[in-house]
Amino acid sequence: MSGSATIVERTTPASRAGLVAAVLLVAALIALPWTRDAGLMRMVVEFIALLVLAQMWNLLAGYAGLVSIGQQAYVGLGGYALMVLADDLAVNPFLAVPLAGLVAAALALPTAALVFRFSGGYFAVGTWAVAEVYRLLIANTSALGRGTGRTLKAVFPLARETRELATYALAVALGVAAVVVVYLYLRSRLGLGLMAVRDSEPASQSLGVDVGRTKLAVYLIAAFGTGTTGALIYLNLLRISPDAAFSINWTAYTIFIVVIGGLGTLEGPIVGTVVFFLLRELLADYGSWYMILLGALAVVAMMRFPQGLWGLVAERWDVRFFPVQRRVHLDAPPRA
Amino acid sequence: MSLLDVRALSAFYGDFQALFGVTLEVAEGETVAVIGANGAGKSTFLRAVAGALPVPAEAVAFDGRPVGGRPSHALVDLGIVLVPEGRKIFPSLSVEENLQVGAHRRRPGPWTLERVYRLFPVLGERRTQPGTNLSGGEQQMLAIGRGLMANPRLLLVDEISLGLAPVVVQQLYRTLEAVRAEGTTLLVVEQDVSRVLAVAQRVYCFRKGSVSLQDVPARLTRERIAAAYFGA
Amino acid sequence: MAWLDTIVQGVLLGGLYALFATGLSLIFGVMRLVNLAHGDFSILAAFLAVVAVQALDVNPLLALVLVAPIMALVGYTLQRLVLNRLLGRGILPAVLVTFGLSIVIQNGLLETFSADSHRLNPGGLETASLALGGGLAVGWFPLLTFAVAVLLLVGLQLLIGRTALGRAFRAASDDGETAALMGIDQGRLYGLAMALSLAIVAVAGIFLGIRTTFSFASGPDRLLFAFEAVIIGGLGSLWGTLVGGVILGVAQTTGARLSPGWGVLAGHLVFLAVLLLRPSGLFAKSRRVDS
Repeated sequence: MSGSATIVERTTPASRAGLVAAVLLVAALIALPWTRDAGLMRMVVEFIALLVLAQMWNLLAGYAGLVSIGQQAYVGLGGYALMVLADDLAVNPFLAVPLAGLVAAALALPTAALVFRFSGGYFAVGTWAVAEVYRLLIANTSALGRGTGRTLKAVFPLARETRELATYALAVALGVAAVVVVYLYLRSRLGLGLMAVRDSEPASQSLGVDVGRTKLAVYLIAAFGTGTTGALIYLNLLRISPDAAFSINWTAYTIFIVVIGGLGTLEGPIVGTVVFFLLRELLADYGSWYMILLGALAVVAMMRFPQGLWGLVAERWDVRFFPVQRRVHLDAPPRA
Repeated sequence: MSLLDVRALSAFYGDFQALFGVTLEVAEGETVAVIGANGAGKSTFLRAVAGALPVPAEAVAFDGRPVGGRPSHALVDLGIVLVPEGRKIFPSLSVEENLQVGAHRRRPGPWTLERVYRLFPVLGERRTQPGTNLSGGEQQMLAIGRGLMANPRLLLVDEISLGLAPVVVQQLYRTLEAVRAEGTTLLVVEQDVSRVLAVAQRVYCFRKGSVSLQDVPARLTRERIAAAYFGA
Repeated sequence: MAWLDTIVQGVLLGGLYALFATGLSLIFGVMRLVNLAHGDFSILAAFLAVVAVQALDVNPLLALVLVAPIMALVGYTLQRLVLNRLLGRGILPAVLVTFGLSIVIQNGLLETFSADSHRLNPGGLETASLALGGGLAVGWFPLLTFAVAVLLLVGLQLLIGRTALGRAFRAASDDGETAALMGIDQGRLYGLAMALSLAIVAVAGIFLGIRTTFSFASGPDRLLFAFEAVIIGGLGSLWGTLVGGVILGVAQTTGARLSPGWGVLAGHLVFLAVLLLRPSGLFAKSRRVDS
C-alpha cells in the first residue's frame, strides 16, 4: 500500500481572487458617499436590501430545504418594529434597525411552532397564511395606524444628508455582515450539518445532526436578517403601510432573484439581484409586463436551468468565489 | 427464439451503478430463475426489465423488438408484468380493487376475477377488505393475482418467499406451476435456492450486479452455487 | 335570530369554500402537488365567464358550461407539458413554478382587464331569497352554491370509489411507482387529475364571481381559504373538506358580524387554532401533514 494522502482544500485561486474583488467592492462602497450622489446611494440601499432578503431566502430554501413564501411577514414585522421602537419607545432609529431584527426573530419562534407542523408545499402555503394573519392583525390595530399605516417621525430632527448617510452606512454594514455571516456559517461545522440536512434528513439524523434544531436555527437567523432588512427598507422609505410591508411582492422578487441567480450558492443571489435591477431599469415603463416576464423567466429557469446563471458559470469554469464546499483530493495510485 | 433477450444491460440509481452488463435470455414458456445474495442486483434487474429504471433501448428485447427505456405501462401492454418485491399492495384499495387495478390495461387473456378467485379462494372470501388487512401469505397471493389480471406473457416474480412460512411458500409455488401450465413465461427471483432448483429449467446467479453463473439445475452443485454466490 | 342567520350564511359560504378546496386536495392526494396558482385559475375562469357573457350574451351559469371544459383542457395541457416534468424533483421546483404561474396569471389579468372589479350577473338570481320561517331567510344563490358543492362532492366520491379512473387515482396516491408497474400511465393520470381540479375550481370561480366582486388580485385569498378548509377538515377526506369549508365560512361570517374587518382574520385564527390543537385536521385519513 503506497502512502497516499487525502487533502481537503478549502480555498482555490478563484476564491482568493474573489476575496480580493470583494474587499475592493466594499472599499468602493465605503468611498461612494464622497460622490454626494444621493440617488445612487438610495439605489445601493435598495440593492443591498434585496440582496440580503435573497441571501436569507436562499439560506432557507437552498440550504435548509425550507421553501417559505411568507418571509414578507418578517419584512413587515421588522418595519413596524422600527416604527414602534423609534417613535413610541424613543430608541435611536439607527439602533432600532438591528433591534427590529431581534423582534422579528422573537416572533419567528412561535411562528415556527405552527408552520413547522407542515412540510413541503403545505409548509409554503402555511407560511403565506401566517404572513396574512400578521398583515390583518396590524391592519386592524389603531395604534399601528390601521390600513393607512405610519410615518417614521424619529428622524425628523436630523438633517436630510445626515439621515441618508447614516442609512447608507447601516445598509453597507448590513450587506457586508449578512454575506460574511452566512459565508462563515456555511463553511463551519454547523453549515456542513445544514447541507447534510438539505441533502438527506434521515441520513444526517443518523449521523447525529439535530435536524429539528438545525432547521429552527436557520429559520430564526433568516427571520432576523429579513426583519433587519425590513427595518432598513422602511428607514429608507420613512412611510409604512400593511399592504406594502406585507406584500407578496417581496417574496416574488426574492424568489426571482434566487432562482435566476442560482439557488444554493452564495454568489447566485448577487448575480440575481444585478439581473433584477437591470431588468427593472429596462422595463420601467411596462408595468405588469415586467412582472409577467419575471414570473415567466422564473418558471423557465426552474425547468431548464435550475442551477441558475451563476450555477451555469460555476459548472462551466469550475469557479467559486465564496466556496462553501471542501475539495477532497484523493491521491490514490492508478488501478492496476 | 427467445421471448426476453437482455444484452449487456447496465443500470444506475443516479450515480450509483447497480448492474454491470447483464446478459440473459428467456425462451417462451420457460421458467428461468435468478438467485444471488442480498444486494446482488436481482430485484434491480427485474425492475429494469419492467421499466422502473432508465435502460438503453437495445439492452432489452421482447419478442424480437427493442423495448428498453419504454415506460412501465407500455411494457404491461406488451405483456411484461412484475410482481414486485414486498408485494406493494395498495392500502387504499380493497382486495378486489387491487385485482382490478392489475387489469387496468385490459389485455385480453384467460385470467379474470373469477379465475383468480378459483386459484386463490381466500382472496374471494376477503374481496371487500382493504388489501393490506391480509396476512403476509395472502398478500403475496393478492400480488400474484394482481399480476395475473394483466394477462402476462412474461411474469416477473420478485422474492415471493420473503418472510413467509415454508407451508405458505409451498402453496404459492404450486400456483406458479398452474400459471406455468398455461404457457406463461416466468422469470423468478428467489432467495430459497432449493425451491428454485426444483421449479426452474435454467438458473442464473447474480453477484455484485453481474451474472456469475448460468446453467441447468441438474449441473449445479452446491460448491458451484456457493462460489457463484460469494465469489471464489 | 340574527346569529342564526349569520351561522346559516357561514354554512352556505362553506359550500363555496369546499368547492375551492376540493380541487386543491384532489391533486395533492394524487400527486403530492400543491398548486400555488389554484386561486388564480379560479379567477381566470371568472374572467373567461365575463368574456363569454359579453360575447355570447348568456347567463353566467350557462357560460360555465363553456368555461369549465376550457379550464379542464388548460389543466391537462399544463400538467402534461410543464408540471409533470417537475414531479420527483422535490417540492421546490413545483412550488416555484406554480408560484411563477400565479404571478404571470395575475399580471396577465391585470393587463387584459385592468384593475377594475368585475361581477357576474345571473339575472336577479343572486338577490332572490327563500323565507324559511321564523324571520329567517336564505338567499337562493348561496343555497344553490351549497347544493352544487354537495352534488360535485357526491359525483367525485362516486368517481373515486366506483370507477377504474378512481381506482387509478387511489392507487397512484398510495404508491406511484407500483401503480405505473400495474400499467397506469402516470403522465396521463396526473393530467386528468389536474383537468378535473381546474374544472371544479372554474365552477368555484364563477360562483364566486356571481356572489361578490372580483379583480385580478383575488386569486391568492382563494388559495388561502381553500388551503385552510382542507387543513381544518383533514387531509384525505372529501367530506372533511366540506366540513372544513363550513367551519371556515362560519368563522368568517361570525367574525365579520363582530367587526367588519375581522371576518377573514377570524377564519385565519380558527385555522391556526386547529393547526395548533389538531394538526391532522378533524377527519384526517393520514396522520401527518406532508407533501
